[in-house]
This record gives sequence, C-alpha cells and structure tokens, in this order.
Amino acid sequence: MELRARVPDGPIEKKWDKHRFEMKLVNPANKRKFTIIVVGSGLAGGSGAATLAELGYNVKCFCFQDSPRRAHSIAAQGGINAAKNYQNDGDSVYRLFYDTVKGGDFRSREANVYRLAQLSVNIIDQCVAQGVPFAREYGGLLANRSFGGAQVSRTFYARGQTGQQLLLGAYQALERQIGKGTVRMYPRTEMLDLVVIDGVARGIVTRNLITGAIESHTADAVVLGTGGYGNVFYLSTNAKGSNATAIWRAYKRGAAFANPCYTQIHPTCIPKSGEYQSKLTLMSESLRNDGRVWVPLAKGDKRPPNQIPGAERDYYLERMYPSFGNLAPRDIASRAAKRVCDEGRGVGPTGLGVYLDFASAIQRLGVEAIRERYGNLFEMYQRITDENPYVVPMRIYPAVHYTMGGLWVDYNLMSTIPGLHVVGEANFSDHGANRLGASALMQGLADGYYIISNTIADYLASGKLPPVDATHPAFREAEAQIASRTTRFLSIRGTRTVDSFHRELGNIMWEYCGMSRNEEGLETALQLIPKLREEFWRDVNVPGSADTLNQALEKAGRVADFLELGELICLDALERRESCGGHFREEYQTPDGEALRDDEHFAYVAAWEYAGQGRRPILNKEPLDFEYVHLAQRSYK
Amino acid sequence: MNFTLRVWRQAGPGTPGKMVEYKATGISPEASFLEMMDVVNEQLTLKGEEPIAFDHDCREGICGSCAMMIDGMAHGPNKGTATCQLHMRSFADGATILVEPWRVRAFPVVKDLCVDRSALDRIIAAGGFITAATGGARDANDILVPKVAADLAMDAAACIGCGACAAACPNGSASLFTAAKITHLAELPQGQPERFRRVIAMVAHHDAEGFGGCTFHGECQIACPKEISIDTIAHMNRDYMSATAASREEKAAGGTG
Amino acid sequence: MRAPTFFASTVGKKIVMAVSGLIMVGFVILHMAGNLQVFEGAARLNTYSAFLHGPAGEALWLLRAILIIALIAHVVSAYQLTVIDRAARPVPYVKRELQAATVASRTMRIGGVVLLIFIVLHILHFTTRTLQPAPLAEGDVYDNVIASFRIWWVTLLYVIAMIALAYHLYHGLWSSVRSLGVERGRLNPFRRPVAITLAFIIWAGFTIVPVAVYFHLVS
Repeated sequence: MELRARVPDGPIEKKWDKHRFEMKLVNPANKRKFTIIVVGSGLAGGSGAATLAELGYNVKCFCFQDSPRRAHSIAAQGGINAAKNYQNDGDSVYRLFYDTVKGGDFRSREANVYRLAQLSVNIIDQCVAQGVPFAREYGGLLANRSFGGAQVSRTFYARGQTGQQLLLGAYQALERQIGKGTVRMYPRTEMLDLVVIDGVARGIVTRNLITGAIESHTADAVVLGTGGYGNVFYLSTNAKGSNATAIWRAYKRGAAFANPCYTQIHPTCIPKSGEYQSKLTLMSESLRNDGRVWVPLAKGDKRPPNQIPGAERDYYLERMYPSFGNLAPRDIASRAAKRVCDEGRGVGPTGLGVYLDFASAIQRLGVEAIRERYGNLFEMYQRITDENPYVVPMRIYPAVHYTMGGLWVDYNLMSTIPGLHVVGEANFSDHGANRLGASALMQGLADGYYIISNTIADYLASGKLPPVDATHPAFREAEAQIASRTTRFLSIRGTRTVDSFHRELGNIMWEYCGMSRNEEGLETALQLIPKLREEFWRDVNVPGSADTLNQALEKAGRVADFLELGELICLDALERRESCGGHFREEYQTPDGEALRDDEHFAYVAAWEYAGQGRRPILNKEPLDFEYVHLAQRSYK
Repeated sequence: MNFTLRVWRQAGPGTPGKMVEYKATGISPEASFLEMMDVVNEQLTLKGEEPIAFDHDCREGICGSCAMMIDGMAHGPNKGTATCQLHMRSFADGATILVEPWRVRAFPVVKDLCVDRSALDRIIAAGGFITAATGGARDANDILVPKVAADLAMDAAACIGCGACAAACPNGSASLFTAAKITHLAELPQGQPERFRRVIAMVAHHDAEGFGGCTFHGECQIACPKEISIDTIAHMNRDYMSATAASREEKAAGGTG
Repeated sequence: MRAPTFFASTVGKKIVMAVSGLIMVGFVILHMAGNLQVFEGAARLNTYSAFLHGPAGEALWLLRAILIIALIAHVVSAYQLTVIDRAARPVPYVKRELQAATVASRTMRIGGVVLLIFIVLHILHFTTRTLQPAPLAEGDVYDNVIASFRIWWVTLLYVIAMIALAYHLYHGLWSSVRSLGVERGRLNPFRRPVAITLAFIIWAGFTIVPVAVYFHLVS
C-alpha cells in the first residue's frame, strides 16, 4: 500500500491557500448531481453535512442516535482553542501550531496541524455568527481562559457545555438544510458496511435500528465522522453508544488504520464503584490547581481519610515531581495513580482510586473561595458519589477518554480508499500521540466546516465516476454478509451477555494496554483477545429478533468489532517500541520515569492494512518530517 | 437494595402495551437508575426473555437521550437531573417503582420505553437556527454581546432536547422546548434578523406536530433537567405578539430577491 | 396581519384568553367596588344603580358588549385549547405525580365551567330577574340584595361561586401576564404573591356582601 499524504509544497503558512487554488472545483450547477454520504452527526459530521449541503451537494446524513443533536461531541465540557490572540498575550497561529505539534509528542503531520491552527480563527467567527453563546466579558467581548498547560489564554467556552453549544450550532445549521430538503437525515440508522466498487467508495449499507431493514445507499463520496473508539476499554468517558463499527468496516474494506495504540487517559475521573458500572464521568482537570493528591502510606489502610494522620499519608505527586507537584501532566499523573494503586495503596471500595483533598486549600482560602471556583464540580461529584467533597476528600482515578488514532487520511482527509473521507476523532490526523485540552472540538469543526467541504470537490472533479445503483453485486454481497452475521448472532443463544464480553475485553485492554504497556503484557493480551473472541462467537446470548428495535443486537455487532480492533491496538502498541504521548512503554523510559521517544526509528505514522481474516495486518509507514518544530524531549521536572 | 419494577412493555409502534412487573435484586445504592436497568436486562437476557428497550447514551446528563417517567415524574423525583443522573439511593429499599415512556401524541412509542422525538428536530428545522452559511462570518468580536444577553441566551440554550417538558406537561405541550430555542436566539444580536420569522414558524410547527398549549402549570420547569425557566415561554409569547403586529415580513414576501 | 395564523395557534389563543380574562378581571373589580356600597346604605346603592341605568346607560351597554365579546372569546378559546390539549396526550400515564401544578392551575377548566354557570344564573337572578328565589322589585337593588341573601342556599351558592372565582383569578392573573410576555426584568417580579393578594381581595370583597346580609350585619 502506498501512503500518499499529498501535502502541498511551499512554506507551511502558504500550503493551504496554495492547495485551495490548485484543487479542482465543481461547477455550482453540477454540485447537486453529486450525492455525498456523511456518517455521523457530531461536530465533524454534522458541520460537514450542513456545509456540503449549503454548497449545493445532495447530502445524506446518518446517525445511530434518535436525533443528530445527541452525538457525543455534546459531552465536551472545557472549551475550544483558537489562535485569536484576543488577550494580547503573544498567541499566534504559529504558536498554536507549535503547541499542538509539541503536545502531540512529535507524532503528527506538521502541515495538517498548521492548517488546523489557521482555521481555528474562522471557527470562532462562524460559531458566533450561528448564535453559539460563548462566555463574554461585561464589555461584550469574548472571554477566554487558559487550558491544558498552554501559556496563553486562547480557550473559548460556553459555561461547562462548550461541546453542547458548538454541536447545537452545527445541528441547527444541519436542521436548516434538512428543512430545505438538501440533506436527507437518517436517524436511528447504523452503518454496517462500506461498499467499494472498482477500488473507490461508492456507498454504504445500513441497518434501520427500528425496523431492522438492511438498506443500501449509493453515493459519489462517503465521509465518516463517527468518532473515536475509546469504548474498546468498556469503561471510558465516551457515551455508551460510541463505537468503532463504521471505521472498522472501512478498515476491513481497505482503509488503513493509523496509530491505533494512541489513547488518551484522563487523570481526574470519578472512580468506578462496582461491577455494574457502565461509564465513567470526567471531572475537570482544573481541580488539581487546589486539590492535593494522596494515598495512605501503608498498604490496605482502610481507615476513613480524616483518621489518617498527615505523617501516614503519601502525597506522591508532590514527592515524585517536586516542581510540578499536583499539576504534573495528564499522562504522568495518570500513571502515578495506577502505580500506587497497583502497590495496594488505592482507596475506596474497589481500591482503584486516590484522594484529591481540598482540606488545606479550604484552610488557606476558606470554603467560600473554593465554592466559587469549583462549586458546580463539587455539586456534580456529590450527586454521583453522595459524598461531600468539602468535608471528605474526593476520590479520583484515571479513565480513557479520547483516541488519537483512527483511519489514516491524506492532506485532503481522504483515506487510502479513494472517495472515502474521514473527519474528526475518527481520523488520525492532527493530535499525534497526545491531544491537548480544548483541541478536539477545534479539529472536528475545522474538518467539517472548512476542510472536507473544499477538498471533496477536488476528488469529485478529478475523475468521472460511472453511475451505480443499489442493485450492484457489491451492495448485494455486503447486504448478504450483514444478514448472515445478524442471523449468526441471534442463533448462538449462549450463556453470556454481550456486556459481559465487553466488560472482559475492557479489563484486558485496561490491564495490558492501558496507561502503561510492556511487551509481556501486550503479548498476553494478544493471546487473550482471540480466545475471548472465539468464546464470544460460541457463547454469546443475543436475545430478540432482527426485524425490530433490538439494542442487544446493536451492541453485539459493536462488541464483535471491538474484539477485533482491540487486537490491532495491542499489536500496534507492541510494535511501537518507544514511549510517546498516550503510549507509554515501560521498557522505554528515562531513569526518572519520563516517556522516552525514539525519533530515529519511530518518527512515523503506523498505518495498518487489513490482510484478510486470520492474517496478520500489514504495517505501512508514513515517515514524519519536522521542518518547523524541532524534535525535543518533553520534560516536566 | 431490592426493588420491584413495574415497567411499560410494548413490542412496537401501534401494538398494545402493558405494565409488567420485574424484580431488581442486589442493586448497589451507588448505581444509577440506568445501571439498575442494565442489571435487570442482563438477568432478563440470561433467562431468555427480551430485555427492556430504553434510550440512553452519554449517561452524564447532557445528550438528552434518556427519557423515563419514573413514579409519575419525568426523569424521576430529583430536581435538575436527567434519568441517567438519578441514583438508586434516592429510593427506599424495597420500593415499587413505576417506569413509563413519555406519553405525548407527538412522541409515538417505538418500543417499550423508547419514543420517537423527531418532532422536536422538526420544530428546529422549521426555524430554530440563524441562517449563517459557513464562510461569510465576520470577526467574532465585531459585534459586542452584553454579558447579560450572553448569559440569558446560554441559560435557554442549555436545553438538551430530552422532551421531559412535553412529557410532564398536563397539556402535552412542548412550549418550553420551543421557547428555549426562541429565547436563546432572540437574546443575541445575531438572532435579530430572523427573530419574528423564527417565532411564527416554530410556534406553527409546534402546533402542527400535535403538541398542546401552555397553561403555565409550571410542571415543565420542574421536570427540566437543565432547569430552564418558564420565563422563556413569556419571552416566546411576547415575540409572537410583536411578530404578528409587525408587517414588514409580509410586505417583503412579495419580492423574491 | 397574520390574523388567521395568530388565532389558529396555541400561543395566539392563549393571548386571546389572557386579554379577555384581564378585561373581565377589570370588570370584576368595578363590580366589587359597586357591591361594597351596600355597606353605605340603601340610598347610596340605589342611586348608583339608577346612575348606571340612567345617565350611564349607553356606556353600560358598551361595557356589556365588550364583556360579552370577551366572555365569548374566552370561552371559545378555552374550549379549543382544551380540545387541542386533550388530543396531545391520547394515552394517559398509569401514574402521574404532579410536582408544580397548583390546585388553581389544575381546576382552571372545571372552575371556568362553574363560573360560566354562575354567571348565567347571576344574570337571570339580579339582571333579568327571571329567577326570583325571593321576590325582587325593579330599581330597589338594595332590598333585592337583602331579600335574596337572607336565603341560606342563595348565599351558599354565591359563596361557593366566589371561591371558584378566587382560584380562577389566582392562576388566571398569574399566568395571563406571562402569556402576554411579561418575564423577569419587566414588571419584576409579578409573582404569585401579587396574584394571590389580588385574588384574595376580590374574593373577600364579593363574599362579604352576601355573608354580611345573611348574618344580619346589613339590613
């Protein structure tokens, strides 16, 4: 497989302009003759579908939720970055570009990141024009806050609901097009296969989740904006429905899957409280500004926290990282929490938790000051745990919440299958091995509003596609495969539920391919996952029938795909014999526990190519060049 | 904890349904209501029965998917919470809990506790937006927005589209949903050009979907997981009167510029 | 413009109800003020009545016309909205626990019907004198009032009707200003206490007359 990134030449700040000029255009009158399928209605898919329809294309948009407004982008809290420099604090497009490349631990494509930083400015303008109620100063100007280690204040926010408000902006634009008839919306419809004819993507096959009908949809181009695959870990901050099925089917039809092992783990989530737990809730990272993290010094100390005297507490972040202390970066704080819990010093009923204690901050600043800063977060914590964090220290634990990997795309966001484009978290493009806070929303909207709407014309105008309809044998074959898979699920009637397999897969992934990984553990996981998959196909119990709303059947399909994807993640993690960003290999660390990159051997994008059932996938490498941001070691000592 | 559940089971749209009793045993008080339902569904599956269908997704109170009438209250007894944020410790051990779907003509039952809320999407499609195609926006700071306006807009924009307002309304009215969007956009300068057109179109569509009218019982704002105020409905009515009185729109309709 | 759209919409109908309701509230307050003159003696009340039917006769008919239109608009809108609202929930809940609705808000429809019946009876009683539980004479309003309210069931009927009126007014006053678009920031806060107080004053002002007569406090 040849990976052609198609990055335009010329100086980095001119590449996107130059590229837009060089790309072919589709005549306005001809646009409506092209049908574009957009799968997913989140920030990337929703904004993309709306914008493509505004341009005149004939758009079909699909989502599994009951409304496009429910896509998981809605859950993002913190904010969206943009290099507006409204605060006059030295920000610039170049600085945002630089921060993002460095934050991604030098594993992203410079040209893409630069374009993202450029477009960040337009995104804010567009969202404000749509009526997104960003926070304002009394004078009426937009407010900003700093976020995630950036030294400038460039994050725009709408209370703790930035993702929701940005998504509603895109959703309203999308609904406007639906009302005009330029977008046909298919809610409660799940993409189950991609159809490739003569080497190019020509449509998808879907299941109507209410009637169970398997339907084929033809198109001139397909755009996937189906989000990340963090739910392979079962417990994550993702929504329950978030899944990898669309990108996984595309992978099996020939799209390369890039850097699957790059997963981001957020250090401050509310810990799991029992086996029944279905998801994890994120608490804002800002809490670490005033909270002190500790565990008991002694193993298995089950005394209530306020009965453990100071001398018997281990403020381990302050001990291990004296200069950064409780503000150590996400990946480092996460790994340290895991380490103390592995030592048997974790707190809470499961032993998987550490204290985040506000007692000294309350003593120093008073309850009121703390209430003003974190009141709503404390309230949220109390609602979930029924514990009062003003009195009892919070318990936190790291959790999976974003996946940097995804389908490989070129500069035009086209995958290795011509005509298949991938946007948002579903692609691998901009965050390298680690995503900075408030950058996910930016990337989703840049891809949807500005990039795909331009680059898709180049594809459509570049070659004449023969007409195709849903009776084509390729569609028939895909439909038949789905039908037989569905029949198989429903006929096993084994002794275990889908969730129990998902939970077990999650445990394997978390144990061996979570916050830190090593060769032995990954080899173990690579043994365990195929075994579990085999058991799944032998012993799963999927009740009900195929011709009605059947949520167990939906889950079964998604978990079956996770059981394959999990293996690829472990394989990628095994092959990447270095530590970078969200991928920490225990064998590759500096003496003081920092991630140790190996730029000489691993400065590449690992793009995995499907080689057929039961065959080891093929590793293709896209070398990464760093012309502008020079390779350097991240250090937080 | 142990509970007796009485849950509405309905195989599909248009088929008759009934309340069916289930036992939920050994439930942790820390479990959320939906996690309790998961446990019941796991048990049903292993017994060879069909699990209870219910909508859910983010499970942190922001996506608006979950929708259950619990003991006769939309999203259950707690204020400002969606069903997914309700924990079992809010119930007495041994309690009998009734679970029903939203019951509004405009939300037909799809299966069990799942209803079709696409009527709400169509109300938005009728006018719940600002026409601003991608590309032409001016700088975000060019138009000043007073903080108060931005905050009021945000209060209204917090709506998650769950439909609890209509489910709780004794009249089956989605006025709170409709008014929240009208208020959000009308508070902002960017929403002014289409303000009157929007309110006329959205109200007309709200009625066309078969929702009832508002009589200010106030049930909606108690049920609303985002605690949106019925003041937004007053706002909608005021805009509706102004829109009716203004005649510019009709005059302009002659020219198709 | 847009009149057909306006009157067809639920919001338009609510606004009609609010405006017509407030007109009737205004009338009720005037009516109450008139009634209270009973405490100033027969001469005062009968003079007032003579003024209304004499010099102010044309104005009275204009007022009556406005009231009739308001009443019809109010009742028709209420009926139409009730039909729409009932249709909006064809399948009732097995269990419904109201959390915010007040007795007043829940009894608006039944209370409205009670009031409508009362208004008809009241007009047949004192205005047209078709119904005469006690013999009534034209022009002598004071004696008519005394004679009627000495009968226990007449007094009871009026007292009950006034309770219905109070509840109806409480929710009606509170909700109609909202229907007319008043929210926080404007006339802030026109809240429940204001509506309760007004409703209470009107209830007391009307109830005191038959009760006082019945207990011979006025003779």
